[in-house]
Amino acid sequence: MNSWIILGATSGMARPFLRKLAEQGNALFLAGRNQEELETLAADCRLRGAPAVQVMRFDARDHSNYADLIATFTAQGDVLNTAVFSGSMPDQEVIDANPALIEGVMADSYTGPATFLQMLVPHMEARSAGTILGVGSVAGDRGRLGNYVYGAAKAAFATYLSGLRNRAGRKGVHVITVKPGPVDTAMTQGMELPFMTTPEAVADDLMKAIEKRRNVVYTARIWQVVMTVIRLIPEPIFKKMSI
Amino acid sequence: MTWTKTEYAGWGRALSAKGEVTRPERADMIAALAADGAAPAMGMRRSYGDAALNSEGRMIDMTRLDRLLSFDPKTGILEVEAGARIGDIAETFAPRGWLPAVMPGTGFATIGGCIGQDVHGKNHHHQGSFGQHVTEITLLQKGKELRVKPGSALFKATVGGLGQTGVILRAKIRMIPCKGDLVFVTERRACNWEEHLTLLDASEATYTVGWIDATATGPELGRGIVEEGESGAGLVKKRGKASKVPLDAPHFALAKPIVKAFNWAYFHRVPARGRTVVKALGDFFFPLDKIHDWNRLYGKRGFYQFQCVVPLGAAPALRQMLQEIAGSGLASPLAVLKRMGPGRGGYLSFPMEGYTLAIDFPNRPEARALIKRLEAMTSEAGGRLYFAKDGLATGAQIRAMYPDLPKWQREVKKADPDGALVTDLVRRLNLRTA
Repeated sequence: MNSWIILGATSGMARPFLRKLAEQGNALFLAGRNQEELETLAADCRLRGAPAVQVMRFDARDHSNYADLIATFTAQGDVLNTAVFSGSMPDQEVIDANPALIEGVMADSYTGPATFLQMLVPHMEARSAGTILGVGSVAGDRGRLGNYVYGAAKAAFATYLSGLRNRAGRKGVHVITVKPGPVDTAMTQGMELPFMTTPEAVADDLMKAIEKRRNVVYTARIWQVVMTVIRLIPEPIFKKMSI
Repeated sequence: MTWTKTEYAGWGRALSAKGEVTRPERADMIAALAADGAAPAMGMRRSYGDAALNSEGRMIDMTRLDRLLSFDPKTGILEVEAGARIGDIAETFAPRGWLPAVMPGTGFATIGGCIGQDVHGKNHHHQGSFGQHVTEITLLQKGKELRVKPGSALFKATVGGLGQTGVILRAKIRMIPCKGDLVFVTERRACNWEEHLTLLDASEATYTVGWIDATATGPELGRGIVEEGESGAGLVKKRGKASKVPLDAPHFALAKPIVKAFNWAYFHRVPARGRTVVKALGDFFFPLDKIHDWNRLYGKRGFYQFQCVVPLGAAPALRQMLQEIAGSGLASPLAVLKRMGPGRGGYLSFPMEGYTLAIDFPNRPEARALIKRLEAMTSEAGGRLYFAKDGLATGAQIRAMYPDLPKWQREVKKADPDGALVTDLVRRLNLRTA
């Protein structure tokens, strides 16, 4: 049996992915801050076919229980897999007014998950199996006027995942970097964003990426093209643009 | 909560609304929702007209509160959040031997919507309406959660109650055992109106529905295919991914010769002696769900669906309606004839023992005029129009069709004294004023 631990399991983007894992009969460890919400998701996953579901507290800003979490998770005899959905995106103007928020944004998208993965990955390497799926963002591909702090945190995470892939790939652990464009969830509610995709479509892409052992996946696919173009814009021009 | 100014439409796309919409995603957002004051709720907006619209007002989109909460295999009782979809529940539970007792013609309908319209399915003659299998409803009423059980007046006002007694947050529904996720479907040709009714009357199958060729005239008037279904187990090809209608179709896509040709082919697809085929569950219960956004086939002007039920004795009046429809050349390929039993769960529930006819029309002036005539004929026949479909009826007609309306009004007045839950449909039909 396969086991998956999901960091940030209450994220709107994660839900259809959790359900797909449940329907395929994976054991699930749902980790996040909102205990009640995690319990609701756990009930849903059980009824959809997950043979075992556990709920765990994971706070990207508080590393004190990571060792316990990992001990519980690795007590499973199965193939261990991890998916990271945690992250937060305050408005850039809110951050401009209160730069102290940067620390939290970094913790939610990068330092928290990276600390956890760093502690977990030796266990996965020891079993020479499993997948780590990390959710970055197209916002991490280039710093833009509208959300460059969030983008910086996601860029850090993407760079981390790239290095982790380089390391863990040698020991049979596959690392996937997912770069979603805007996804229709509570996080983006009320925003007018281009090429919006749905959590269901993201989940389909993630399942395909796991099956095909892809390295970096853009979802929706169009973002691969868009971001390639955006990255190619010379800095003297880019710095004057507001996209 | 974040409220976003949105333009949204009923499934028929002939009616739309502009207003603020919010979409709670986690259960803990319900408190925030309550703090924002009362507003009506919508699900997947599969009601054709204006039942899920609130022009210039607020609307709560419940589609992300869609979790399965608990299931007791001893009693078959499933608790779900209101945004859970009936088709999703069916696909999840049928392989384990359970199905929702009642399923409407689209699997996209949410549980909240199924309750609010007290929907019926192809087994209405046996199982009655959706609300008759609901054992508990949790409402958000006046900022508080309230559990409502069958037997109370509030329950009867909530089932089929168009969301006017509070926001349906969760519900417990009774599931029925089934053999698996397949349906053995027996299809028979009915060559004319009389034969069609005879086949429907005689059917003892668990699920029965008639597709009717509403373009056939003369001796072929009322011809169609009667489908009878029984659940079964086995292995068939799983349904492929749904296809999408990427664009609004041009207005001639469903022009008379095309519809006539389609209907001819659809009728003759079934051999004269009939046949039995095995279908995946979704192909039988929710045939149109295979084409996402099929409502776009009617072009950007949209369409109306007319659905009425008339008492058994008024079958000749229904035949007359069909004659009128067939003669108009306005009909679409999507027309359904069914015999209903007496089962209904609430004061404003649609079903009555009799025959129900449902048919789509493109949104054109002559079609609207035809629907008006059909509505008047329904009134005369002592029949009833369906709030899930209606977009054109008048308050006076509706009052005569729903004798329990005053009882519903009494409960609604207590539940929502300020009229914060009023929707476009309730406003148009003036349902809440005595």
